Amino acid sequence: MDNILIIAVSTLAGLGLIAAIVLYFVASKFKVYEDPKIDEVEEALPSANCGGCGFPGCRAFAEATVKSAKENKTIDGLFCPVGGNEVMQTVGSIVGLQVEAQAPLIAVVRCNGTSAHTPAKVKFEGVSSCAFAHTLYVGEGGCMYGCLGEGDCVAACDFDAIHMDPETGLPVVNDKCTACGACVDACPRSIIELRKKGPKDRRIFVSCVNQEKGAPAKKNCEVACIGCAKCVKACKFDAITLNNFLAYIDFEKCTLCRKCVEECPTDAIWEVNFKPRKPKIVAVDMASEPVIATAEKPANSSEDNQENTNNKTSE
Amino acid sequence: MGILKTFVLGGVHPPENKLSANVPIQELPVPAEVVVPFGQNLGAPSKPLVQRGDKVKVGQLIGEASSFISSNVHAPVSGTITKIDNILDSTGYRRPAAFIKVEENEWEEGIDLSNELITKEDYEPQEIIDKVKKAGIVGMGGATFPTHVKLMVPPGKTAEFLIINGVECEPYLTSDHRLMLEKGEEIMVGIRLLMKALKVNKALIGIENNKPDAIQHMTELAKKYEGISVHALKVKYPQGGEKQLIKALTNREVPSGKLPVEVGCVVQNVGTIFSVYEAVQKNKPVVERIVTVTGKGVQKPSNFKVRIGTSINQLIEAAGGIPENTGKIIGGGPMMGKALLNTDVPVVKGSSGILIMKSEESSRKVESPCIRCSKCTNVCPMGLEPYLLSRLAKVKEFDKAEKEKVMDCIECGSCQYTCPANIPLLDYLRLGKNKVGENIRNRNKN
Repeated sequence: MDNILIIAVSTLAGLGLIAAIVLYFVASKFKVYEDPKIDEVEEALPSANCGGCGFPGCRAFAEATVKSAKENKTIDGLFCPVGGNEVMQTVGSIVGLQVEAQAPLIAVVRCNGTSAHTPAKVKFEGVSSCAFAHTLYVGEGGCMYGCLGEGDCVAACDFDAIHMDPETGLPVVNDKCTACGACVDACPRSIIELRKKGPKDRRIFVSCVNQEKGAPAKKNCEVACIGCAKCVKACKFDAITLNNFLAYIDFEKCTLCRKCVEECPTDAIWEVNFKPRKPKIVAVDMASEPVIATAEKPANSSEDNQENTNNKTSE
Repeated sequence: MGILKTFVLGGVHPPENKLSANVPIQELPVPAEVVVPFGQNLGAPSKPLVQRGDKVKVGQLIGEASSFISSNVHAPVSGTITKIDNILDSTGYRRPAAFIKVEENEWEEGIDLSNELITKEDYEPQEIIDKVKKAGIVGMGGATFPTHVKLMVPPGKTAEFLIINGVECEPYLTSDHRLMLEKGEEIMVGIRLLMKALKVNKALIGIENNKPDAIQHMTELAKKYEGISVHALKVKYPQGGEKQLIKALTNREVPSGKLPVEVGCVVQNVGTIFSVYEAVQKNKPVVERIVTVTGKGVQKPSNFKVRIGTSINQLIEAAGGIPENTGKIIGGGPMMGKALLNTDVPVVKGSSGILIMKSEESSRKVESPCIRCSKCTNVCPMGLEPYLLSRLAKVKEFDKAEKEKVMDCIECGSCQYTCPANIPLLDYLRLGKNKVGENIRNRNKN
């Protein structure tokens, strides 16, 4: 009886030993060297696996970063929008490189075709998918460029940062937005754009993507950009361009002087998170930050300051 | 009567509602203004040849085919081009079109306007194809695929059968039915011409059994013409689909992703055949077509012969106006047609009918979860699994949808029609087809 036990145990132990020796040689023969920095970088990343950096997941981004740092001695062009500058500084210190800070971006919905501005002319009964509705017809309001309101952007967001406003029928971005760009890709009409968040979250943008001539654009939507070019003339910094009857404000050049907002005859240009207008605006320094020198707090700060692009202050 | 032929896989039988089947074709007066879109065919839109202020005659070429799959557009009226501008089409998107103010009734030279039947057949095959191409003929059943492209059999393939689609399987629509009854002789000559162009000696006409008068009439006429036979088919939707009709008439199956010519068949609609007759024998391009205006609330369901570019409003007026309690106005039949965004859109080459539906019949019912009853799979005429494909499209698994052959879907809507849970299967299938098609195109580009 004892004998059987001994045989069984020693056989198993012998098998284990042989397997261990084989595995040892196999492991050392086929060893894949992996830079431990990859793990470190991955650890530093937010693990959202959103794809906002252009790589399939955080691991792939970490691999690319370490590879680029090793081979090209730079990690320019690699940026984790979710982690932002803070995470990129950590990543930079891991790979031993300086990382330039980037201005934070945010998703901006460039359509103001609310149910009040573009009354529904027909009723859509199909599936709730912008991609489908876009191929089927122009949309309930009749604008072939405007928001369809079926919420593909909301479904695409991993960060709970974009929601439909049931009253206006338009998506609203909140401050959870990490500028990963998922909604930008999801929108079949390219309405959503990543723009500079701006100092104190202040932004100016054209809230319309309609490329029709003035009359047909205005017929469907009273707040459409009609391509009148008044804003282009008003801008002293060449920040506004007009293409296909549509004004576009380059956020790199824009100094947030707000001149264009006053000029726009259809209120298509939006200013977000600015304080209410004073009769006089203090001089603007082109090079650096901003803008309105004042000790007062902006009007819609604190609780109101919800990144809500619908908080048009002048309204 | 024996067992009637039909296709094997799937199919549904919606109520036929052929309200206008006994109403003779009525020619509507030429309107004061027509709007002629430049893109009336599947494929590339035509290139405008006229400018504002130009005088045009009926049948004059105003838009030239711009690529291989494209077709000519002719002036359907005589008058002055008042402007070339974008119009809202039936989906609300803007498309370029010519606005023509009607003046007099002057036809281009060489067009024979008599009703006399011409049975001359001594044309070269290429001559017939050229005439078809010149006349801007597209699939008049609604698909609007340029006909001359279909007639050019690719090298290495041979056509064996010319198949004539007189099925008109869509409920309500009767334009093809009336055309067969009233212009049967012309259709026969048209078939003979296409048989010559395709170098085939057999033509099969498929007509569903709910049109006994048309079957009888066409059978009588076919006796006079060599190689043409008429086949009564069991009533089943979507028998008018190219692949279904081939299966029903020849028992051949077109392989997935291939064209009918792969199995030696070329399918043409009777409306197209009539246009071919007019183009070849009378030199008359496509300037008019038969449109059914129908619906349960419509005062006078009718079949109108109208000029291309006539506003749909005018047709509805002629049929007694829009009834109260109208829920939807559909361009085409109830199964495959699309709801119109507005009625101020012109009749185009592919407009087979206008269906005015009451609000209670047109509204969608509340969707409930799939109960895996497999009805959609049973009725799919292409042997697909609509419940799976719609699910894949919903969760954006387009690669898997492609493997499951979503591109084979003919968008007949049988699955959605039959679904007891009212799931909008076809919407998701269309979404899947759009995305997969896009992916395939991108892949081919790279």
